[in-house]
Amino acid sequence: MSNTKKYWKGIEELQETPEFLNHKQNEFAEELPVDKFLGDDKLVNTNTNRRDFLKVLGFSVTAASLAACETPVRKAIPYLNKPEEITPGVANYYASSYWDGQDFASVVVKTREARPIKVDGNELCSITSGGSTARVQASVLSLYDSNRLRKPQMNGKEAEWSTVDKEVKSKLEATAQRGGNIRILTSTIISPSIKAAVAEFTIAYPTTQVVTYDAVSLKAIADAHLATHGKAMIPTYQFDKADFILGIGCDFLTNWLSPVEYARQYASKRKLSKDKKEMSRHVQIESLLSLTGSNADKRVALKPSQLGLAAISIYNKLTGSSISTAATDKDNAISEVAKELASYKGKALVVCGINDPAIQQVVNAINTYLGAYGNTINTDVIDYTRQGNDAAVANLVSEMNAGSVDALIIHGTNPVYSLANGDAFKTALSKVDLSISLSDVADETASACKIIAPNSHFLESWSDANPRTGHYTLGQPVINPLGSTREALVSLLNWAGNTTNARDYIAKYWEVMLYATSAEIAGFSTFWNKTLNAGLLVKSTEIVTNSVPTVPPAPSSTPAISDIKPVADLFAAGSSIVSSAKSAKGIEVVIYEKTGLGWGGQANNPWLQELPDPVTKVTWDNYVLMNPDEMREKGFNVLMGQEQFSDTVDVTIGTKKLSLPAVAQPGLPKGVVAIAVGYGRTAAGKTANGIGANAFSLVGTSGGYYQFNVSGASISGSTGKYNIAATQTHHTMMGRQIVKETTLEEYKKDSKAGNEDLLLATNLKNVGKDGKAKPQELDLWQNFEYKNHFWNMAIDLNSCIGCGSCVVSCTAENNVPVVGKDEVRRSREMHWMRIDRYFTSSMNEEVAEKDGVGAIDKFLKMEVPATDDSLEVVFQPVMCQHCNQAPCETVCPVLATTHSLEGLNQMTYNRCIGTRYCANNCPYKVRRFNWFRYNENEAFDFNMYDDMGKMVLNPDVTVRSRGVMEKCSMCVQRIQAGKLSAKKKSERPADGSIKTACQQACPTNAITFGDFNDANSAVRKAWNDERKYQLLEEVGTQPSVYYLTKVRNKPATTKA
Amino acid sequence: MSHQSASVREPLILGEKTYHQITEDIAKPIEGKANNLFKILFTISALLALWGVACFSYTIGTGIGVWGLNKTVGWAWDITNFVWWVGIGHAGTLISAILLLFRQRWRMSINRSAEAMTIFAVICAALFPVMHMGRVWLAYWVLPLPNQFGSLWVNFNSPLLWDVFAISTYFTVSLVFWYTGLIPDFATIRDRQVKPKMKRIYSILSFGWSGSAKQWSRFEEVSLVLAGLSTPLVLSVHTIVSMDFATSVIPGWHTTIFPPYFVAGAVFSGFAMVLTLLIIMRKVLHLEDYITIAHVESMNKIIIITGSIVGVAYLTELFVSWYSGVEYEQYAFLNRATGPYWWSYWSMMTCNVITPQLFWFKKIRKSLMATFIISIFVNIGMWFERFVIIVTSLHRDYLPSSWTMFHPTFIDIGIFLGTIGIFFTLFLLFSRTFPVIALNELKTILKSTSENPKPPHH
Repeated sequence: MSNTKKYWKGIEELQETPEFLNHKQNEFAEELPVDKFLGDDKLVNTNTNRRDFLKVLGFSVTAASLAACETPVRKAIPYLNKPEEITPGVANYYASSYWDGQDFASVVVKTREARPIKVDGNELCSITSGGSTARVQASVLSLYDSNRLRKPQMNGKEAEWSTVDKEVKSKLEATAQRGGNIRILTSTIISPSIKAAVAEFTIAYPTTQVVTYDAVSLKAIADAHLATHGKAMIPTYQFDKADFILGIGCDFLTNWLSPVEYARQYASKRKLSKDKKEMSRHVQIESLLSLTGSNADKRVALKPSQLGLAAISIYNKLTGSSISTAATDKDNAISEVAKELASYKGKALVVCGINDPAIQQVVNAINTYLGAYGNTINTDVIDYTRQGNDAAVANLVSEMNAGSVDALIIHGTNPVYSLANGDAFKTALSKVDLSISLSDVADETASACKIIAPNSHFLESWSDANPRTGHYTLGQPVINPLGSTREALVSLLNWAGNTTNARDYIAKYWEVMLYATSAEIAGFSTFWNKTLNAGLLVKSTEIVTNSVPTVPPAPSSTPAISDIKPVADLFAAGSSIVSSAKSAKGIEVVIYEKTGLGWGGQANNPWLQELPDPVTKVTWDNYVLMNPDEMREKGFNVLMGQEQFSDTVDVTIGTKKLSLPAVAQPGLPKGVVAIAVGYGRTAAGKTANGIGANAFSLVGTSGGYYQFNVSGASISGSTGKYNIAATQTHHTMMGRQIVKETTLEEYKKDSKAGNEDLLLATNLKNVGKDGKAKPQELDLWQNFEYKNHFWNMAIDLNSCIGCGSCVVSCTAENNVPVVGKDEVRRSREMHWMRIDRYFTSSMNEEVAEKDGVGAIDKFLKMEVPATDDSLEVVFQPVMCQHCNQAPCETVCPVLATTHSLEGLNQMTYNRCIGTRYCANNCPYKVRRFNWFRYNENEAFDFNMYDDMGKMVLNPDVTVRSRGVMEKCSMCVQRIQAGKLSAKKKSERPADGSIKTACQQACPTNAITFGDFNDANSAVRKAWNDERKYQLLEEVGTQPSVYYLTKVRNKPATTKA
Repeated sequence: MSHQSASVREPLILGEKTYHQITEDIAKPIEGKANNLFKILFTISALLALWGVACFSYTIGTGIGVWGLNKTVGWAWDITNFVWWVGIGHAGTLISAILLLFRQRWRMSINRSAEAMTIFAVICAALFPVMHMGRVWLAYWVLPLPNQFGSLWVNFNSPLLWDVFAISTYFTVSLVFWYTGLIPDFATIRDRQVKPKMKRIYSILSFGWSGSAKQWSRFEEVSLVLAGLSTPLVLSVHTIVSMDFATSVIPGWHTTIFPPYFVAGAVFSGFAMVLTLLIIMRKVLHLEDYITIAHVESMNKIIIITGSIVGVAYLTELFVSWYSGVEYEQYAFLNRATGPYWWSYWSMMTCNVITPQLFWFKKIRKSLMATFIISIFVNIGMWFERFVIIVTSLHRDYLPSSWTMFHPTFIDIGIFLGTIGIFFTLFLLFSRTFPVIALNELKTILKSTSENPKPPHH
């Protein structure tokens, strides 16, 4: 029944009075006196009186200022439709490939809400086994480099891709038609697809030739093998199979061919345990104290010009040959090395990093004599990561100068910066009609090119790689290109007339070339997805890749390795070595790559700039390394510190001059200086520009090979003062038991050697025995009880090589701010973990006692590192030790630092008021204070001030505010995540399933992390190892971090 | 009370004084006009104080990074200044409380200004533990206040928390003690005032004191009770300050000798500062008849004693570090004397150990000029003592990899000078508005210890 009830607003409506009907349409019952009000004459004359005005003014000002006080609201905008694979708060991982033209790594990229925030090694990869270098770790920040180009450029102005493509194509076509020369200058290409694309390009433009250029070339190794083995190749090395390793001027642990792999092999051979009491012996003959030399059991410092002579002497001694050689400064030491080497036949490996084919031939001959080929050197698996041809580059420059190059495409390299005659290259470049750079920044070379077609960052790109025989990897984009950039592969294809995208092209290539021979998986898409998921594919047989035309053409067919003749013309090689050694005069210069920055491709990365050099501990600069004795003789300051100014010196070779501060480097022979490349950038970006000087300008050329050891330099006196920033300004252990060390011989006899129990005298009846007690027995405090987990960490000092990957990894994981050079100089670096490096001193307790040296004098002399060959170096990673009786915890007035139920020493940033008492009372000095607001502060114009750079921040870790203390948390966010994922499966976290950032990055597995309460955990095993000790045990802090003593494979006679 | 002093004691009030004359002399600075010397001193002090305020503001605005501290040396000038000022603050209470209990009558001319100095020194001192916090706006978190942050409480294990209690108690008791003593004197000033406004102010300040026998009796009782309360505080405050260091694990800090050594050092520096101030004040305010050479000499004797205790403590520290056999400890002390901060150690040794020994000579002990110079030396020496303890222990502790140096910035220096400015500004204001000598108390010894007392005119 419909409702027929009706309600009236009033009696007027019921009666429908005319008045009501009249007003029914009006909104208001009575007419509003609007006209009357507005028409009021008085209104014109009204004035707000002073009091009213002030009231209103006061109100508005207050309201406005109150509104201004409000903290700005940053909006987080939720997804309208949730992407299938992204769950906010849950990280995704994608396998990819890192390749910077020199170093290869198969990586796993962590993304959060579609932002890549961390790059780590891919554990499935047999080359890196999950380890990574500092550069790989830092590469994720380079993605967010705001200096990267957002758009292609033509003649210095931004342009559209269509315009660029049209221009390039028309010019290339015109050039090809009239038979003009087209050249592609590229860094080593290991991508089979790019090679195919280049081949396609060459078909489209037949006058194309490819010139491969490695800034730090190792062509001599390949060419020496051509001479000795009949095949130009760089073999792969197996340090884990060598009982004796001899390095000659070769920094194989950080900057040589495949550093992560070689470091891992090296360390695995040197790991010791109850069941394995053997390790390799490593002798290093070199000039610069490299990171590799720092780890050697024995190191012989020689001038660079004599390294080749040493190789000949060793060969002569071993084989009884009489290749003419000349005397070196250390002939005795060298013949001792040769004598030792002789007893390691079949188990020895000699490696050499000098780009001189004559020396490399001698080294090959030594290796052949020692039976290294087939045992410790694998010639079946060939390393493709250095294909540069130094002579071809020189040839290209003269071609360009002659005006015979009409079009030049530069890919993955920066010759204006990295060629010794970079300026000449720039001049020659101006003579090229069409110069195209595929660089992603307008660097020194790109800015001199007419067109820049920016390549995408590897994290934005599809890619593939074939770093060595049978090893294939895929790379996938993990974020959309941040700017309008595209893969170099696409650019080349596009210009060749093929408009396929990178993914399809690579997939097609893999389908045709690789899938066809992988019958074990049914269906290409399954194969592709599986490979993409793993990131790599290892094939037992080599697949023929499209050959790349080179200038000059590569040697054609080569004889099989089995029937090579081991002896090349060693006499010719010998005389070449001797003559070049004899021609060395003046001061010799070693030009080297730093562990962090390498050749400088990622120089604009603040993480790498702030990473201290592992040996010098200096950040943010390159410098002239000199022997400290020599510096004292010249009156230069050898000390470092906030107000210790280094002397600036001019290093001159011919017309080239570099002006850099002189820094003391023990272990460097007198008359030799060393300068790192990678600095002196002028167009890399705001972080790198203007730092240091370009040492590439001093690189020499001999017989068509770049020479990184040059002579004939002179050094001026002090021309000024310069303040360098080092994270460690004191270099010796001062006779303290900080890094405990022993020799293999002693260790075999007693596995507690060098790690004798520390017993303190006590008169307490109920503790210890015989009046002696261990420090942890003498304790005022009650011990914590850890009922569930007890997180511990063990660091094997015998495995740690000091490379610093962990430091960058920690920085990335924990949002550690970059503070810049001036703050580092003030000892205010924020790194949560550091790697302490100590040199030995010629003064120690025994010497003092023997020579009757007084205490004051003794300590003064202990501060000075040894400058002779007795110099040894140790590395010790130090982070928060998570003491179980933590001195920091008791002193905080507000309980901002407390102990967790799982043994972690935790920092509550919110509660911290910043008294710094905890930092003062920390015996390990691992606490870091936020002296300023480091984020969003223009005084700290690094990634946290940059809208792009901020994208790298890990959302799981708080960005600390000004005035609070911070320190290593043992990656508590990872522990929580690991516990949660185990909980979801209703099980305990498996040992090894939770990894700290430092542990994950470590190429040598020096760091073990786990639950002490798990009786089978690796960390528990380390606890029971007799080499285990706690740092500063006598303070009674009972750290949860412990170290395993370092063991050097050397005779026990010299006590460390 | 009014027995005659033995003639071997020197008179404590010089000249021919009557009760009225004492009142006249002491009320004069309050009632008269400021002289030029005062104006100059006040201007300089106030400017310094303003500069200090500016430096403090800059620190709060920018961050503790504007100081010279670093990852290894987390405290330097801040806590050095704190301990220095707290130490200076010790003389006042010692003079008023302990000397009162020991019935040392010479304290009567100096206790008022010594106590004022204590209050101002503690104000300056308290600035530092607050200002050195990274997040000073959260300083109230060190107080055990009920809060809504959850079950948050302070850490009673932390010596810094003990400091909070020690300093605040000390400040409160000192202030009450000082003010109690001032009441009768304020009443005297009130009674002499002719300007109604001033009369009103002083009558409020004097809490309606009428000078009745009952009031005097209560006054004496309260003084004695407060003296009893203050006496342990003299020992406790610096003991607790010393525990900031003594309970830590840093070689050079972790020392059981610290509590007595710090207390002796504090009295030492406090007396030195009292001397520095009084020698100027007696000149500027014409109080030579009340603050006599005899007073100065008595204080100099305390300086010899405490200076010697401090000297013995220094040597004991050296001995114990060697005898302990702990290499870190041994190096810490060797480094103090011969390391990069040797100059601070030897400044400390010279100023604190050698110079006070000159007071064994009576001529020097009684010379105002010599006393003034030595008192400045002691002030400097005691500042260096704290600097040596804090900075040279921290800058090279356990792991040589973290060894570094501390270099002060302009802000560090500015803040220190600023607190000196604040201190003197307050003291100068005090000298013009408060009776700088406890005049009513002093009158009780007029007959007994004056050089030439005149009978009052009745």
